[in-house]
Amino acid sequence: MSNATVTEAPQRLGLLRVLGPGHVWALGVGIVLVGEYMGWNFSVGKGGMIAGLVACWVAGLLYTCVAMIDSEVTSTVAAAGGQYAQAKHIVGPLMAFNVGLFLVMAYTMLEAANAITIGFLLDTVAGMLGHTGLNQKPFIILTILALAWLNYRGVLASLSFNLVITAFAFVAIIILFVSVKFGVSAVPLDFSAVTNEPLPYGWLGVVAALHFGLWYYLGIEGTCQAAEEVRSPARSLPFGTMAGIMTLLIAATLTWYVCSGLIPWEYLGNAGTPLFDAARVTGNTSLMVLLFIGTAFATTASANGCINDASRAWFSMGRDRYLPSWFGAVHPRYRTPYRSIVFLVPIALIFALGAPLDQVITFSILSGLLGYTFMTFNMFMFRRKWPLGSIKRGYVHPWHPLPALVLLLICGATYFAVFLGYGTQLIAMLCFYIIASLWFHFWRYRFVKRGDQFTMPWPRPQGY
Amino acid sequence: MDVWNYLEYAAWVLSALVAAIMLIDLIKVDTTYDNELLTSSREGELELTQERHEL
Repeated sequence: MSNATVTEAPQRLGLLRVLGPGHVWALGVGIVLVGEYMGWNFSVGKGGMIAGLVACWVAGLLYTCVAMIDSEVTSTVAAAGGQYAQAKHIVGPLMAFNVGLFLVMAYTMLEAANAITIGFLLDTVAGMLGHTGLNQKPFIILTILALAWLNYRGVLASLSFNLVITAFAFVAIIILFVSVKFGVSAVPLDFSAVTNEPLPYGWLGVVAALHFGLWYYLGIEGTCQAAEEVRSPARSLPFGTMAGIMTLLIAATLTWYVCSGLIPWEYLGNAGTPLFDAARVTGNTSLMVLLFIGTAFATTASANGCINDASRAWFSMGRDRYLPSWFGAVHPRYRTPYRSIVFLVPIALIFALGAPLDQVITFSILSGLLGYTFMTFNMFMFRRKWPLGSIKRGYVHPWHPLPALVLLLICGATYFAVFLGYGTQLIAMLCFYIIASLWFHFWRYRFVKRGDQFTMPWPRPQGY
Repeated sequence: MDVWNYLEYAAWVLSALVAAIMLIDLIKVDTTYDNELLTSSREGELELTQERHEL
């Protein structure tokens, strides 16, 4: 060991507080925007054009509730781990352990899905240029490793990178919309299916479409993971999160409008890259190139944000000894949770190289959905234990308990929608979390320093 | 062999390089610094020093 180096180092290492509201926006929107570029359109396949729009706006309502609730709680519990830290302080250790796992599983699987998509995109381009049989594996591995390395080197660089590529991907959607509205497209917008075939599979199709409606917004709650690295959490987190959900509501509606108008719903419901396909339908080469780059950037930004969030959740659990404390280390130079970042790389690679895309995404969605359900109970308990006026809040969301009730109702409907298509996966996922909970309760919790994990200098909760 | 084959090889090489850089740095840090220092991060330090949660 080099004593000289150790004595020069600070006495206590922590994550670096260097981020602003723009980085929070880039983290949240960066993770999500890929859902506009692919995936959401399966909701159209499930129930037709109207069902796709209903899913878009109902899921939008769900995530607006998520963003409002999250903004209030996280502006008060400003710690890495986001919802995990919230659950620890407000509900209890077993809930916190589960929420931590939801987060890590949701983000790691989404990262794997993004890497698979980048491999698929490159294969598509290679095919268009006359090369068949591209080996996607090295590109999938390189994507995960290169982004992990970027995250390893520092949060400012990785989220500044996300800010640039996410902004580009968002602007690409706006440009496509404006171009189509001003007649650049060789094919006119056609919404005749709205009147001719409004609900081809009836109202059940609308419910089934909800599952894929989540794709428009899945992951916006990831902004909370930056809580310990923003300069002013009480201001930046609510601002970045609310700006993020507004951006996504605009992007989602424009995406549905352009794609549904240009592509027949029967094809749109099965398309791999709907926005890129819509650009191809316009016959404009510039738009095609723009939307291809937008797709690649959105996918990269999502994988990058997922690495950031999964590693912070894993790091926080290690720091509290919910997992081995080895994971709670901070890099002395880069000030990142470097061991957690490296540890999650092989897990992402296993899913990216060994599991089918739809299964990986379904497990990610289910973990996210379990997290949203937790948020409803969390919000009720937070307001009951620490009512308004008892602690300082950076943001107070309006109309409580209406957003929490709406969120719970929509979560229930979405569970039913997921059960219709992926019932086995839903049950398998629940079994996994039950087994993990038993392990935590009967074995792991004995290593947790119970007094140290509650760090917020709050007054005693009401009723205790 | 066309450009895509070369890109595949380049991706393999870059992947190995990035993985090696990360692992070497991790080992170097772990063997240079005391584990107590590396795991000394504590949640909520900002709240303790700057924000009192008082109205």
